[in-house]
Amino acid sequence: MDFDYSVLDNNERIIYALRSLYSKHGYKKYKMSKFEEYDLYSKNKDFLVSDSVITFTDTNGKLLALKPDVTLSIIKNNRNPEEKLKKLYYNENVYRVSKGSGSFKEIMQAGLECIGDVDDFCIGEVLWLAAESLGRISGDFVLDVSHLDLIAAFTDYTGAGRDVTKQLLKCIGEKNIHGIEALCRENGIEPERSAPLIELVRIYGSAAEVMPRIKELAAAVGAQDAAASLEKSLSIFSGYKDSVKIHIDMSVTDDLKYYNGVVFKGFIKGIPGFVLSGGQYDRLMTRLHNNSRAIGFAVYLDMLEDIGRDEKEYDADTLLVYDGETDLSVIRDCVSREIEAGNTVAAAGSNDGAIRCRRVIGIKANEVTDCE
Amino acid sequence: MSEMLNVALPKGRLGEKVYSMFEKAGFDCPSIRENNRKLIFENEKSSVRYFWVKPSDVAIYVERGAADLGVAGKDILLEYEPDVYELLDLNIGKCRMAVAAPSDFRDDPSRTLKVATKFSKIAGDFYSSTGRDIDIIHLNGSIEIAPILGLSDVIVDIVETGTTLKENNLEVFETIFPISARLIANKSSFKFKNALCEKVLRELSAQTGRENV
Repeated sequence: MDFDYSVLDNNERIIYALRSLYSKHGYKKYKMSKFEEYDLYSKNKDFLVSDSVITFTDTNGKLLALKPDVTLSIIKNNRNPEEKLKKLYYNENVYRVSKGSGSFKEIMQAGLECIGDVDDFCIGEVLWLAAESLGRISGDFVLDVSHLDLIAAFTDYTGAGRDVTKQLLKCIGEKNIHGIEALCRENGIEPERSAPLIELVRIYGSAAEVMPRIKELAAAVGAQDAAASLEKSLSIFSGYKDSVKIHIDMSVTDDLKYYNGVVFKGFIKGIPGFVLSGGQYDRLMTRLHNNSRAIGFAVYLDMLEDIGRDEKEYDADTLLVYDGETDLSVIRDCVSREIEAGNTVAAAGSNDGAIRCRRVIGIKANEVTDCE
Repeated sequence: MSEMLNVALPKGRLGEKVYSMFEKAGFDCPSIRENNRKLIFENEKSSVRYFWVKPSDVAIYVERGAADLGVAGKDILLEYEPDVYELLDLNIGKCRMAVAAPSDFRDDPSRTLKVATKFSKIAGDFYSSTGRDIDIIHLNGSIEIAPILGLSDVIVDIVETGTTLKENNLEVFETIFPISARLIANKSSFKFKNALCEKVLRELSAQTGRENV
């Protein structure tokens, strides 16, 4: 097949690069329907990034939704107990409310899910694929990794009740140390009970730099297993060329109702928010009456529009301006000659300046003249 | 050219105070003190660029990455919930979010309470936590006159000294939360300009008496 990769825009190139990366690692492409029963989302609203969903009634009276999320559909539609481990990737459009405008937006999302007998290697591999995905987008990336069981152990150590823990998690996500201190003070939590959590939230750096201190803190609050689990997962990056770009950052949190274990977010220089988000969601699997383990991540391609945006100077290399006296086959031959010469060409009946080009060729009564 | 730190400052007295703190922290930019109408100032030597923006817009500039750091009131952070890091309580610009009403106001729980405010989310969250049925009237300014003209029963607004309330025969009935200025950071900038962000955090923490950051 004759195919010119230069016609792909940056997002399309990224999608192909990610598909190639995931399929090389044994992940199978998963194609799903645009619609899903609304019930699936209404029961798991907190799992969604936004709880607004576009719904409509199908011809049989069923309430359907345009997918706001991919993970829930993949879990729901993959319940074959025969398959012990499923590795799936996707690139799909989802429909969510955009925070800025408050209106619905179509968002292209790529990602992968590893479901079933997920072992330490599977978790490490997903983390590694997340880092590699970011590397395919830009060399300037950071993958921040955290561990929810570790955070939960530190918040439990404070002795805070459910409501206070919820507020503590919000402060942890904001790196809001003064907020944590104030909450602990207001709720009578002794400074020695809150100090390990405060130090944990302050920690930021590569695993090599910060893991020893995390292990010491974890030992003090009885969270050695969670710290060992984080260390094990990150050991996949041992000797990895970009290991300095993998940071431990406990401000990466997620809803403890659905997520557990390793959670992570990816950032690209020049893009204000995270472009990749993922984690282990064994608790979501349990809620959906599925006893297997799971981990996955999504890459938000709509966030990448500003990356590698090379403003094209010209719409086409050549503008071919023909008149009404010229035979169509002469115009076609002239277009073909330009393409064979490696140029892009736009043919038009007049040159009104709307098409920006390097040169203009005129054809009058079957005679070709190089005008500019 | 070295990497520049972009800082969104809230226009007004608070912004000037904040700039002095940044200047003391080693991020000086003398041109900002010139008396003109410019809104952007930079000093390559200190690797810093400041912009004056409307206080309520600081969080948007930071969330969207136009500014790496900014200073915004806790009221703005709670109202708009921007996805940013809240790194430090600067302990300046102190005031409180409060419910105020005419001094003779008596709440009648059998009626829907009419609440005039600029802070619809904060007011909504506060009253939903108490289970009180309310009707929010969103206004953009001169909130104090709403109860006087019968537009609302109470107002939810920022109270600094209480002078404006007093002059309009209103008084504070309940404080919702205290407010002060916070140092906020764009999440991505915090990763990619970490050394600069940490330096600002360290220096400003020292100035606010929080040496242990």
